[in-house]
Amino acid sequence: MSGETVKHVPVGEPLLSVRSLSVEFGSAEGAFRAVKNVSFDVQPGKTLAVVGESGSGKSVTSLAIMRLTDYTGGRISSGEVLFRPSKGQALDLVHAADTSLRSIRGNEIAMIFQEPMTSLNPVFTVGNQIAETLVLHEGLSAREALARAEALLEKVRLPDAKKLLDRYPHQLSGGMRQRVMIAMALACNPKLLIADEPTTALDVTIQAQILNIIRDLQQEMGTAVIFITHDMGVVAEMADDVVVMWKGEKVEEAPVREIFAAPKHPYTRALLSAVPRLGSMTGQPLPKRTPVIVIEDGAPKEVGETHVQDTADYAKPILQVDKMTTRFDVGKTFFGRVTHRVHAVEEVSFDIYPGETLALVGESGSGKSTIGRTLQQLIEPTGGTVRFDGHDMGSMSSAERRRLKQEIQYIFQDPFASLDPRHTIGFSVAEPIVVHNLLQDRKAIDRRVQELLDQVGLLPQHAKRYPHEFSGGQRQRVCIARALASNPKLIIADESVSALDVSIQAQIVNLLMELQQQKDLSYLFITHDMAVVEKISHRVAVMYLGQIVEIGTRQAVFENPQHSYTRKLLAAVPIADPARERAKRLIEGEIPSAVRPVGQEPLIHRMREVEPGHWVAIEADLLRGAA
Amino acid sequence: MAGFILKRLLQAIFVVLAVTLIVSFAIRLSGDPAIMLTGAGSVTEQDLQNIRKALGLDRPFAVQYLGFLKGIFVGDFGRSFMGGTPVSLLISKALPATLLLAFTSLLTSIVLSVPLGIYAAVNRGRWPDQLVRVISLVGLSFPNFWLAIMMVLFFSITLGLLPPSGMEGPESFIMPALTMAIILTATNVRLVRTSMLETLSQQYIMVARSKGLKDRVVLYKHALRNSAIPLVTYIGLQFGGLIGGIVIVERVFNWPGMGTLAFDAISARDYPVLQGSITVLALFIVLINLLVDIAYGLIDPRIRTE
Repeated sequence: MSGETVKHVPVGEPLLSVRSLSVEFGSAEGAFRAVKNVSFDVQPGKTLAVVGESGSGKSVTSLAIMRLTDYTGGRISSGEVLFRPSKGQALDLVHAADTSLRSIRGNEIAMIFQEPMTSLNPVFTVGNQIAETLVLHEGLSAREALARAEALLEKVRLPDAKKLLDRYPHQLSGGMRQRVMIAMALACNPKLLIADEPTTALDVTIQAQILNIIRDLQQEMGTAVIFITHDMGVVAEMADDVVVMWKGEKVEEAPVREIFAAPKHPYTRALLSAVPRLGSMTGQPLPKRTPVIVIEDGAPKEVGETHVQDTADYAKPILQVDKMTTRFDVGKTFFGRVTHRVHAVEEVSFDIYPGETLALVGESGSGKSTIGRTLQQLIEPTGGTVRFDGHDMGSMSSAERRRLKQEIQYIFQDPFASLDPRHTIGFSVAEPIVVHNLLQDRKAIDRRVQELLDQVGLLPQHAKRYPHEFSGGQRQRVCIARALASNPKLIIADESVSALDVSIQAQIVNLLMELQQQKDLSYLFITHDMAVVEKISHRVAVMYLGQIVEIGTRQAVFENPQHSYTRKLLAAVPIADPARERAKRLIEGEIPSAVRPVGQEPLIHRMREVEPGHWVAIEADLLRGAA
Repeated sequence: MAGFILKRLLQAIFVVLAVTLIVSFAIRLSGDPAIMLTGAGSVTEQDLQNIRKALGLDRPFAVQYLGFLKGIFVGDFGRSFMGGTPVSLLISKALPATLLLAFTSLLTSIVLSVPLGIYAAVNRGRWPDQLVRVISLVGLSFPNFWLAIMMVLFFSITLGLLPPSGMEGPESFIMPALTMAIILTATNVRLVRTSMLETLSQQYIMVARSKGLKDRVVLYKHALRNSAIPLVTYIGLQFGGLIGGIVIVERVFNWPGMGTLAFDAISARDYPVLQGSITVLALFIVLINLLVDIAYGLIDPRIRTE
């Protein structure tokens, strides 16, 4: 693009002004408009949240501001982006020359991206990557730039900044990498920071740390922030103003309190109704299904019913896990001797009852998924016993074990990766029926598949379609139908709703609860999302470093958390309520690693019962174990 | 890293041992050198036996093989059945010619394919990309001997610019090296393109662009090094194929290298020369792949710290 346009914007005007911006992808004839006529202003030093679900165009908008869409095959078809740099006149970035654009990128406007695991270049050191920006924009020598980089790393509260300069990204955790990314973005004191879902991929306690850092530095440096997110809790905690996007358009814009208190557009209302709010179940002993507002043909419509989930039967457990231990060998010497082990699960015990949902919550590396995989017989446990319906899994014949696979089914996190793209969904749903030889007649199988699709809210004719023809939410419904196909008693749902947009997530959670009621299903619901846990589960087990630190009824654990880690976890969850005081509690530190040298066994902490059925790890033990 | 290299070295020794065993065994199935030496028919069985005895071929295979192995350790590959020249002398003359040819063509292909591949990747789907892809497909479709003969016809016979065969001066290099380079470039350019496309879609590339870096810096500093791993792997594998391809190209251009040496040795059932030249070539291929493994560590810190 050429022909630099300089526009005069008087002082006191917004820092950034996006005017009727449209972005297209694809050829001129068959163009797809990802962003349609979007306008908003960003005031100096303020935070604007751009909220929307997948496909809303929020990320494309964020890239288009610095014209990074040029590199993704996107084309700004109309509109302007007026930016007021610290020196000189306001500039329309849409029509700016490449050289002036480059002098603004990373210097006046900087960006933080979603995936901290992939946003740093794996082959350069941390120090190099931060220094690069400083050398480029401020003309510093390599040595000066590295000194500044060290100061920046200290600013984002990374310990041992000097040593960190020589580290490579793969040696750092996700939270540390995101802090490096923030340090890199803030290197040249930008006036505007664009943060595209910067905490979505992080654990909740790490998310809280990152949000605190962004907020503190913003105040200190007077940086304006555009915060792109789908998480209304984060919006409530961070934003001054909110722009809501839906299908490429801005549907609503208002100060944050107004959006939450009096949403005007039906979509905003639907979105807010779907957001699970931590604390919304306080005082209620059982999980409860509540209606969700969905937009149908542009109009909001309430679907579902209110129903208390009184499905659990505590007479006799369906699954009894006793002191399950699962370890993996990692480090090996030259001669193949094991030096290090991952202590993924250490002496974990819990029961699940018919019709009950037990939530297993914890952050990455806590061992919660390993438990799920061990129960599904994908991993052999190192020790302990598992009883299903009273039978010991360890002493089962291979035929009985196969039969167990039919009784325990699994729903995975990623509905895109867990369906075979080359088979129709009818084939995928029928597979467990065929594998377990439940029905022989082709017609009977087809009838059963259609019945299953109907149960999960899909149409019978969908059976002939392929996975790519469905949305993420629909695919997860297919996965649920497949899990139901063998008439299981227990379903392990491993982060099954985490990858879904909130409005879809609310519907899938309702579906799972409805199916539980109809079929008396038990769920082991593995997740990191405390708000969803509160809504769906009867009981909760909190995991930390391979052990359960607290287990009890959902009401007991959420309303009377006893373990410090449970409290930390609950305090870290952003609450979708801007009127609520922002949590000032400091959550510091990384999640320690479960990898230990051979011979250094972790300490198994003892549990004490604080009230009937509510057990908590004795923390003095935990501290000794960590030391 | 040190343990890793040690492991690879041990593997390499086994590979070379296996190659020597297979080669010595296989060539003994191919025919009798005594007959080849004398020309069949005009000698008695007794003469043939005398010749075999003189060449040491009357001993059991195991003894002959162990003798050959023992020789390798002191750099003595025995003497050629044809004229009695020490094999090590023949190899020391032929090896530089082949290596020179191999490395020149490999280098040429890298110098050509990296910028072309990057250019195609950046312009994905547009005409420069299509052009590069079509040309590389054409290059891939030529058998190397045909390409070599066409070059001789055009540059030597029609235009009279370049010597048609032999190794006489720098200009003798152009055609054999170019023949090999064209074929290598055709595959490498596609590899660079695919690998670059993969890298360019990574988030850290967008991050580099958001820092305000010039396109050139983004491509050649941030992207290329990340794309280099598959390229280096492939070049390691290619080296084996390159040696195979060189035999044919050396024949066409009458290039006095290892290919010609080995080819003639097969025709004459010249066991020591064949064993010696194949062992040396195998050694080189194994060595190159060892260097490739070490190169990984230099390119990618994630491998270094494993």
